Amino acid sequence: MSQKMTGAQAVLESLKREGVDVVFGLPGGVLLPLYDAIYQSDIHHILVRHEQGAAHMADGYARATGKVGVCIATSGPGATNLVTGIANAYMDSVPMVAITGQVNTWLIGKDAFQEADITGITLPITKHNYLLRSAKDITRVFREAFYIARTGRPGPVLIDLPRDVTVDEVEFSWPQVDLPGYRPSVKAHEMQIKKAAKALMEAESPVIYVGGGVKYAGAHRELIDLATKINAPVTTTLMGLGCFPEDHPLSLGMLGMHGTKYANYAIQESDLILAIGARFDDRVTGKISSFAPRAKIVHIDVDPAEVGKNVRVDIPVVGDAKNALQGLLKEVSPKGRSVWNEKTEGWKKDYPLRYIPDMNVIKPQYVIEKLCELAPDAIITTEVGQNQMWAAQFFVHKDPQKFISSGGLGTMGYGFPAAIGAKMGRPECDVIDVAGDGSFLMNSQELATAVVNDIPVKVAVLNNGCLGMVRQWQELFFEKRYSATILGRASPDFVKLAEAYGAVGLRATKPSEVESVIRTALATDRPVVMDFIVNPAEKVSPMVPAGATLSEILELEWCDEVQSCHLEKIYAQGRKDILGQEGF
Amino acid sequence: MKHTIAVIVENKSGVLTRIAGLFSRRSFNIDSLSVGATDNPDYSRMTMTVEGDRDVLEQVIKQLSKLINVIRVSELEPGESVERELAIIKVSADKESRSEIMQIVNIFRAKIIDISHRSMIIEVTGDEEKIDAIVQLLRQFGIKEMARTGKVSMVRGARIIKA
Repeated sequence: MSQKMTGAQAVLESLKREGVDVVFGLPGGVLLPLYDAIYQSDIHHILVRHEQGAAHMADGYARATGKVGVCIATSGPGATNLVTGIANAYMDSVPMVAITGQVNTWLIGKDAFQEADITGITLPITKHNYLLRSAKDITRVFREAFYIARTGRPGPVLIDLPRDVTVDEVEFSWPQVDLPGYRPSVKAHEMQIKKAAKALMEAESPVIYVGGGVKYAGAHRELIDLATKINAPVTTTLMGLGCFPEDHPLSLGMLGMHGTKYANYAIQESDLILAIGARFDDRVTGKISSFAPRAKIVHIDVDPAEVGKNVRVDIPVVGDAKNALQGLLKEVSPKGRSVWNEKTEGWKKDYPLRYIPDMNVIKPQYVIEKLCELAPDAIITTEVGQNQMWAAQFFVHKDPQKFISSGGLGTMGYGFPAAIGAKMGRPECDVIDVAGDGSFLMNSQELATAVVNDIPVKVAVLNNGCLGMVRQWQELFFEKRYSATILGRASPDFVKLAEAYGAVGLRATKPSEVESVIRTALATDRPVVMDFIVNPAEKVSPMVPAGATLSEILELEWCDEVQSCHLEKIYAQGRKDILGQEGF
Repeated sequence: MKHTIAVIVENKSGVLTRIAGLFSRRSFNIDSLSVGATDNPDYSRMTMTVEGDRDVLEQVIKQLSKLINVIRVSELEPGESVERELAIIKVSADKESRSEIMQIVNIFRAKIIDISHRSMIIEVTGDEEKIDAIVQLLRQFGIKEMARTGKVSMVRGARIIKA
């Protein structure tokens, strides 16, 4: 059955057929026809306060549900405001469709009002993009875009929609996807699976190194089965957190720059690395030439270009992680506990993640531990920097869709809108954004979105008064010259900020207050900002210095008392200058 | 090391930009590039010469293959394929030099495609070395202008690279 409709209506019908129930966006001049169609449709539109928020919300929604996230922005500045969010989704392989308005086709290239070449701008940060020039192409392009976004290695696809294309009338049709140049490799080669299985059987000290690919393939069950069947320890990247339950005896936690000592030691001493859906990022490998010097490398990835990109690979297996793991499970025979298991477990005992608790000052790690204790099943999103690393280290991750963080791009300001998106997708879950006082401000305007749309997300601001990760590096490598990293403690007052938006603001200044603040927040069915005044000089530890080998991982002196006092003095000074009063 | 690859792409606007963009952001070097239609108007064929070791070549091929508009990427081994370039060269030529230039043109099985009192345009096809050689010889007369296509290449024998 075919039906005449406007381009805008065809867009909405396409979204409906793709199973889209919620979109995040902000209208503009060229989008008036599309928004008129949205007004008349039953799609749930969340109005954001900045387009970057829309992109991160779509991203958070996608990561929490496994479905394609959709964001909408108008032409020109609306579209360019999406750019960071699109780049973020691209780096972390998040399925997303971004729809941008564009000026009328006859004005394209004339520097028209609010015109930007967004397909040109997003060329390097999208899996693919389209500039629609005719309404008759709408349904085909939308169908292709969703197909490309969610299949193979997922990624963002942008569709640029000129105003006249949304106004023109079109006969609705729903064509099959026909993309001769796009053949995502899904089924792993049987021969390669056999080789990989043989290598696993022969290995004496294997490590399974897991990235976000396992999460996107929904292969965490198979991963657990394989690891337990052959008693191989498992370490995950930041993107892979939760793919393997961290309370499992074979879990080594996260590896890399701020990973556990035992994961890094295990990698360096292993004779076989089974990498699954991970890409040997520099934050993971440390100095690449001395990475896992004795290990044979088996690399399973759905993206052939990742195999052999950063390290030499002995046994490449191109294919979907779930399919490959199922194949491996059939080929391997059970292996008992070995000397290697004892060795890695020994490291786990000898070098646990720790921090020095304090009775008087809140330690950020303590806040994370308390969050984990009181909301173990919550979805945790993070901003970027120290807050992100502590959330990675001190929360016990057990579910791949419940840790949502900007890994590749490292986008400050990601966590809060991502939390809103995640909550939209998984309303039954508590969603907590672990934030810093620096990053939270980058998209705090979305408090309005959360309040107006009644999306009860929680934000835990680890307020240390500085851009903590950069300050940490300045302390360690730049002789404590804190260039442009000091923010001060009350700029702004986060409790008042929350209240100004109609959200709830809570503050803890002493360790004894942490638990009650978290309990109150979790019991409140409204958006809540928790302001935890934490020790300013706390550092993320352990740490592999940039360019060093993984085994050179250092246990840092977490918190230097002198630094702590010094920073508090700077903050107090700053406030005195600004407000003419002392203290907090 | 130089490698020649043939890339079959969809004949759509923006495809060249996608490929050029990929090369620049991944720091791959293109030495030469030529594009033209194939027997099927829906597809174009590009011949590229890229500089780098085997690992670089492998990445180039894999990254190109990821582009949605790229249908096929194949390496053309130097020994197993024929390669041609075309150049048109405007050379200073007067009464004295004209016959000597024509001799060179004959030896290279090139063609004179334009002539005036002071100059000639020579068309020559061949592999890179042959064109370099004639350019070298013509230099003494004064090359006023030159335009060279990139290389096009095809595998010898029955093997076919098509969409």
